[in-house]
Amino acid sequence: MLRVTGLTKSYRSAGEDVAVLRGVDLTVATGESVALSGESGSGKSTLLHLIAGLDAADSGEIALADLIVSGLNDAGRAELRRDRLGLVFQQFNLIPSLTVADNLVFQSRIAGRHDAAWHDELVERLGLKNLLRRYPEQLSGGQQQRVAIGRALAPKPLLLLADEPTGNLDEDTADEVLRLARDLVVRTGCGFLMVTHSARLAATLDRQVTLHAGVVA
Amino acid sequence: MRRPLWILAVLLSHWRRHPMQLATLLIGLISATALWSGVQALNQQARTAYDRAAATFGGARTAVLVGKDSATFPQQLFVDLRRAGWPVSPMLEGRVQIDGRSFRLLGVEPVTLPSEVGNAPAVGRGRLQSFVTPPGEMLVAPETLRDLGLKDGDRPQANGLTLPPLRVQAELAPGALIVDIGIAQDILKLPGQLSRLLVGKSKAPHATLESVAGDKLRLVEPSAESDLERLTDSFHLNLTAFGLLSFFVGLFIVNSAIGLAFEQRLPMLRTLRACGVSARMLNTVLVIELVSLALVAGLIGLVCGYFIAAALLPDVAASLRGLYGAQIPGQLSLKPVWWFAGIAISILGALAAAAASLAKAIRMPVLATAQPQAWQQAQRRWLMLQSAAALAVFAVAAALIQFGDSLITGFAVLAALMLGAALILPMILQIALALGQRSARAPVGIWFWADSRQQLSGLSLALMALLLALAVNVGVGTMVESFSRTFLVWLDGRLAADVYISAASDQQAKEIKAWLRDRPEVQAILPGGRADTQLGGTPIEVLGLPDHTTYRDNWPLLESTANAWVRLRPGDAGLVSEQLSRRMKLAIGDHIEVPAPGGSWLLEIVGIYADYGNPKGQIAVNFAALTRHFPQTPLTRIGLRVEPDKIAPLITALQEKFGLDDRNVADQATMKRESKRVFNRTFSVTAALNAFTLGVAGIALLTSLLTLANSRLPQLAPLWAIGLTRRRLAALELLKTMAVALITALFALPLGLLVAWCLLAIVNVKAFGWRLPFHVFPLQLIELLAVAMAAALCAAALPVARLARMQPATLIRTFVNER
Repeated sequence: MLRVTGLTKSYRSAGEDVAVLRGVDLTVATGESVALSGESGSGKSTLLHLIAGLDAADSGEIALADLIVSGLNDAGRAELRRDRLGLVFQQFNLIPSLTVADNLVFQSRIAGRHDAAWHDELVERLGLKNLLRRYPEQLSGGQQQRVAIGRALAPKPLLLLADEPTGNLDEDTADEVLRLARDLVVRTGCGFLMVTHSARLAATLDRQVTLHAGVVA
Repeated sequence: MRRPLWILAVLLSHWRRHPMQLATLLIGLISATALWSGVQALNQQARTAYDRAAATFGGARTAVLVGKDSATFPQQLFVDLRRAGWPVSPMLEGRVQIDGRSFRLLGVEPVTLPSEVGNAPAVGRGRLQSFVTPPGEMLVAPETLRDLGLKDGDRPQANGLTLPPLRVQAELAPGALIVDIGIAQDILKLPGQLSRLLVGKSKAPHATLESVAGDKLRLVEPSAESDLERLTDSFHLNLTAFGLLSFFVGLFIVNSAIGLAFEQRLPMLRTLRACGVSARMLNTVLVIELVSLALVAGLIGLVCGYFIAAALLPDVAASLRGLYGAQIPGQLSLKPVWWFAGIAISILGALAAAAASLAKAIRMPVLATAQPQAWQQAQRRWLMLQSAAALAVFAVAAALIQFGDSLITGFAVLAALMLGAALILPMILQIALALGQRSARAPVGIWFWADSRQQLSGLSLALMALLLALAVNVGVGTMVESFSRTFLVWLDGRLAADVYISAASDQQAKEIKAWLRDRPEVQAILPGGRADTQLGGTPIEVLGLPDHTTYRDNWPLLESTANAWVRLRPGDAGLVSEQLSRRMKLAIGDHIEVPAPGGSWLLEIVGIYADYGNPKGQIAVNFAALTRHFPQTPLTRIGLRVEPDKIAPLITALQEKFGLDDRNVADQATMKRESKRVFNRTFSVTAALNAFTLGVAGIALLTSLLTLANSRLPQLAPLWAIGLTRRRLAALELLKTMAVALITALFALPLGLLVAWCLLAIVNVKAFGWRLPFHVFPLQLIELLAVAMAAALCAAALPVARLARMQPATLIRTFVNER
């Protein structure tokens, strides 16, 4: 479903070009969950951002199902994120002025794919029933991340991308959040690509990919 | 369609969670729109009144033929011109005294009146007969009728005659009396004479003017502006400048609120982008949100503007009457265009204030992290550019002072000074705070100055608003105070007689004078008179002064030849008012030809006198000479020198004997009191606008401090963590605000004095024709400094009190939940 071929990306830093990705090849099949690991600066987050259309690659190709992501303009990339992807960040990135209920439905509403039954199931499975009227600042880190996962999965994306989703959580909460995410991914049948530093958490996914110095090791 | 609504709902949710920020934004927009629209409403009201006055038989908007060198000319010229195909209509103008008060009498000939004269009195066919046949009709505006205390159909007395019955005509300008030309010739005792001929726009061929009238008549082309419009331009420019200043100060508030909201919403905007909202869609919705808010604020602002205008209208009307003799109705009536313009200005203002934030949103990369400090760093780079721009603007101001010579130049100098000062203010504050930091030794002291510098970028717009408001207050306050002081000294000299009488008619004046001659307490009877004529196409007054020591000793002259008063006696010399001398570039020794009924009157200028508050140019001549050259001059004005303790009984006796009321006879003290009251009222609108501007600047400071308060937590929390109490932090924050406000206020004082100098030396001279001496009033400056500090204290009080009472949990959150 996701096919990344020969992807390169470099940034200018202190007047020099620093190559972050030097030709990455990667695939994620439908229903497959993949952990992306590597040391700091290996390019994990950059790769995730490129797949999500948050940034543009220098060369190479990203294809999601029948769509060539790397050929899209800004509006096309926004449509991709809205209609086909779910994104979860380490910092949760919930909208602070919206309640949990509004945050949950936000992406599915703007994608025009709100499914009330699926929404109720998400609320149930994520244990958010009693938190719906609260604002993000009134939630713990684990609760916020559960809302973020719910928001990302509400429109039933093709692929869920998660960038260190448990980086701000303690071990027990991290395990709990990841278990919920995996269950829901299986339930929706979407692909799951997660960046993580934790070998323990990476081991719980179907496949592990390690990046080293900008290439798949 | 649903997608934008969802995004809009998300954006609006920010305001629900930050109501104070929303209030700030709305207050900024409301005050900007209200003050601007209020001033525009006043201008519109006045312009409508000028149009009404101008439309009273042409005014300056119709071409006219006037006598080449005399105030009137024979009616036969009208007949000759009509026969030669000229579409002319005769008119006779003069002044009549009714009940001791002077009115403008216009005699017209309704059959030949050109149609383009405008909303001239509708002397319809049904009324034509009664208008032109004796006793005729006298058309007046409703205000004039009210003023006279008479009703429709009444027949007042004037010049010993019973006037035609009064008839109300709504579209007439107040103060004008319209009669048939034949009746006017009888009333004014000018049989067979005309003042001017209105020229219609007929394209039919006709003979040249010279071939019909020789050199007896002169054609005055129509002007797009009426005399009143020209005269009052400076006043309205002044009002508009105040309105604009308040508008910009209001926009400072909006800019500060939107800027901070944008910084706070950056994570939200990024999240929206990450969730698939395109940059175009996001910006479109941001604009829709802003326009919706501006629409709401604009409507509220318009309602406030209406009330501001209604509250200020009596003062504005008093100012226009006092300064220019313009009559403005006291009832506010607004056109639909005012409402639309108000909404448009609110929306455009909001978009302009938000332009930088919107541009940032358009360029915002999805992955950029929120950097609340980044704009401050960018601001530092701008500081140098801003200062360079300020120096360039100051150079422009200097060049304008050196080479400019018009009212517009005067206002341009003022605008350049204010803009330059506002631009250079952040640099001045930066330098002052850096000096403070250098001199500090204790760690908290060093932090105090350093943090003040860091906070500066967020406060600089509000401080600029404070600077401008204070400078305008100092400038206008100094100008008014200088004017007031000069005016009072001048008034003492001008109102030299002890009692002033305005008789109902020449006959009554004769009887009064005869009676006064037998009163031992009357030391001198000083007859006076005034005639209207034109000089160089502009209306002027010729004032007759009796040859008496009262005038020689007291009448203030700015310049004169030796024995100027003696030189007036033969009637071939005159004194000119300062505004006339400036307008016509007249100097001592020059000669002028004054058009008079009997032919032109040659006068040598032997002196120049101040004549503050008179919109018309004036020439003072010997009274006897005036009555020779203007025989129709009403002789109803009389001044008296009376033993001081006999003034009150004499006035009572005069009132009883001749049936005069307080308007017809007054003592010097009453006249001075009345003049001072009119003077104070003339400037009360300025004082009100000053207070509004300062108030809005105070709100700008308050809103900036409130909006900054939240983003200040990451700076303050570490200090609290290492042992500074919340109360001490609050005190330091208050001190910081007061310190920057004080530096700003100290900078505003010299700037304000410079503004006052510009107003006195450039703007007043060009606008009114008089130059006033420049005085500095230290007490007034200290008072304003105190007001500025009080405004800063009020503005800082709320955020500081909040900080002092802040729960530790709120401060702790800064460490655990930084985003």
